[in-house]
Amino acid sequence: MNKKREPLFHIVKRDGVSWQKAWGIRLLAIVVALLVCAVVTTVLTGDNPISVYATMLKGAFGSVRKFWVTTQEVAILLMISLALTPAFRMKFWNVGGEGQVLIGALAAAACMITLEGKLPNALIICIMVVSSIAAGAVWGFIPAILKAKWNTNETLSTLMMNYIATQIVAFFTIVWEVPKGSGKIGIINQNSNTGWLPAIAGNRYLLSIIIAAIVVVVLYVYLNYSKHGYEINVVGESERTARYVGIKVEKIIVRTMILSGAICGLVGLLLVGGINHTVTTTIAGGQGFTGVMVSWLAKFNPVTMIFTSLLIVVLRRGAGEISTAFGLNHAFSDILTGIILFFIIGCEFFISYKIQINKKGKEEKENV
Amino acid sequence: MFNVAAFIPRAVAQGIPLLYGSTGEILTEKSGNLNLGIPGVMYVGAISGVIGAFYYEHSIPAGTPINGFLAIFIPMLCSLLGSFLMGMLYCFLTVTLKANQNVTGLAMTTFGIGFGNFFGGSLIKISGYDVPSIALSATSACFSKPLPFAGKLGWFGSVFLSYGFLAYLGIIIAVIAGYVLKKTRVGLHLRAVGESSATADAAGINVTRYKYVATTLGCMIAGLGGLYYVMDYACGVWSNDAFGDRGWLAIALVIFTIWRPNISIFASILFGGLYILYLYIPSGMDHMEYKELYKAIPYVFTLIVLVITSMRNKREDQPPMGLGLSYFREDR
Repeated sequence: MNKKREPLFHIVKRDGVSWQKAWGIRLLAIVVALLVCAVVTTVLTGDNPISVYATMLKGAFGSVRKFWVTTQEVAILLMISLALTPAFRMKFWNVGGEGQVLIGALAAAACMITLEGKLPNALIICIMVVSSIAAGAVWGFIPAILKAKWNTNETLSTLMMNYIATQIVAFFTIVWEVPKGSGKIGIINQNSNTGWLPAIAGNRYLLSIIIAAIVVVVLYVYLNYSKHGYEINVVGESERTARYVGIKVEKIIVRTMILSGAICGLVGLLLVGGINHTVTTTIAGGQGFTGVMVSWLAKFNPVTMIFTSLLIVVLRRGAGEISTAFGLNHAFSDILTGIILFFIIGCEFFISYKIQINKKGKEEKENV
Repeated sequence: MFNVAAFIPRAVAQGIPLLYGSTGEILTEKSGNLNLGIPGVMYVGAISGVIGAFYYEHSIPAGTPINGFLAIFIPMLCSLLGSFLMGMLYCFLTVTLKANQNVTGLAMTTFGIGFGNFFGGSLIKISGYDVPSIALSATSACFSKPLPFAGKLGWFGSVFLSYGFLAYLGIIIAVIAGYVLKKTRVGLHLRAVGESSATADAAGINVTRYKYVATTLGCMIAGLGGLYYVMDYACGVWSNDAFGDRGWLAIALVIFTIWRPNISIFASILFGGLYILYLYIPSGMDHMEYKELYKAIPYVFTLIVLVITSMRNKREDQPPMGLGLSYFREDR
């Protein structure tokens, strides 16, 4: 009588799942998430869901300029996500993208400000490229060496490095502020355009997009077809196996994080030299964190990341358009992004596990 | 001249939100969940309280004095409810659906900060009340009411008695949390779950329940930190992004205190002091820039502590073994 009832279902790990099925589940999750977003938007704005999405698409691709801005934002977010990916593949949780971008941006701005008029422009740009990549690499190197030497928790150390970078940028913002007392640097070298990265074929958005495309290809090859990439995967799968086969884990950690930081530094260069022509503490705009999610959503696959970053950026710009249209706060896009993320995060469960209804339990019930 | 009696109350006021956040996160981490969503949860806790207080203040006719009990009870209930839901969401995703904790946490932070800023910026428009800004001075006064005699006892009064009740509550919660973790069976079980869920499960401890309860409770405590910030420290005035990076600082404090809530009481006040130290360092008007560097001190401090604890590698100073890992019984 008082026998403990067997639960109706139990959870089993799937052996393997075809990629079609996996992506089918993810797509379904995105569709459901978009429906929920539509409902939320409708409740808050009173607009009907279909026109909500029309407004969103208009916000992202409504005009030629909007199209290019969206593409450029995708390129930047994509590059940050790509930068974090090698580290994630070896289970090194680098949430320091924000700081690495910032410090790279600062290095570029420093070259632009201090070297203006002292050297030929082409040389200054070369120095900028080297110094921002180096700065980002250093910011990636510090947590990596701590992890390699003393196994310091990397999530927390990279997090701290973000804020240290923010304050260093804040410090230099005041050192170089124009005019004095304004608390911001303003457009650097507005008259001489020293250190401004060139516009390609008259299109000033194109440079970041091209560089992002190159980074995608290079990283895809690096991670999947090079010895380095293989070593990263082995370290990620099992540190012990890596040691056993003679891979120097510490070396891999440091090398990979330098690469991560360097790409982030490159993004900083593009933000300052190519897009904003100034540096602020919010120039990375939280994308160091968004990049973590973009990279994870794409299962650390550089090509898939193009789509996940596109999804996030379109959503962000679309939600921005909705908040402008209805006089709502711009943080609206964060709410929608959050909802979509929750759904995609949740759906991963159904890819790696399946729920089995307990047949035995059923039979017993029937017998009773 | 450096006025200690004036400095300490301000440091404490800065420290209390950090204390709530870190106490909540310590409980969470002891169950093996690394909740990076705490900054978002604190925003949600704050804005939920603000929404409650906003509707309460506008529901009573003008001129009538507000009911002190309701003015505290309604915002607090709303705040607890908001952070409870966030905690349940985190648990559902990471414990039941076994999702990656870092990603879930970051998504919660994005969502929570967005939620706070969105409703902070649009509450007036949505509710339709015609007011220029969210300024809840009446309810806030109930929150920040100091203990009696605070004004009469000179420096003693201002250092020990001048805070709103939430400040004392935060300290009490931290002491209780420290006691429970260290001295009770429940705390022992919780630590076992965080160290090795499989072992705990084998010993007959309900891993899922412990993770759920500890994490949601942790979120609710952290949410109160947000409520304290907006209702007491900021005098009921909501401004977007004003809460800033305190949530991350609370997470940093967890490491700084090596997972001990009672140390966190002093550490958070120390951090609060470091957070505002730049206001007290004489730098002259022509060197404003150094203040920005002083603001980095708490983070540098934490980084150093993090490195030192990992260098010393003492077993009792380490993070819970199972931190960040989800548990599936059938895994081997």
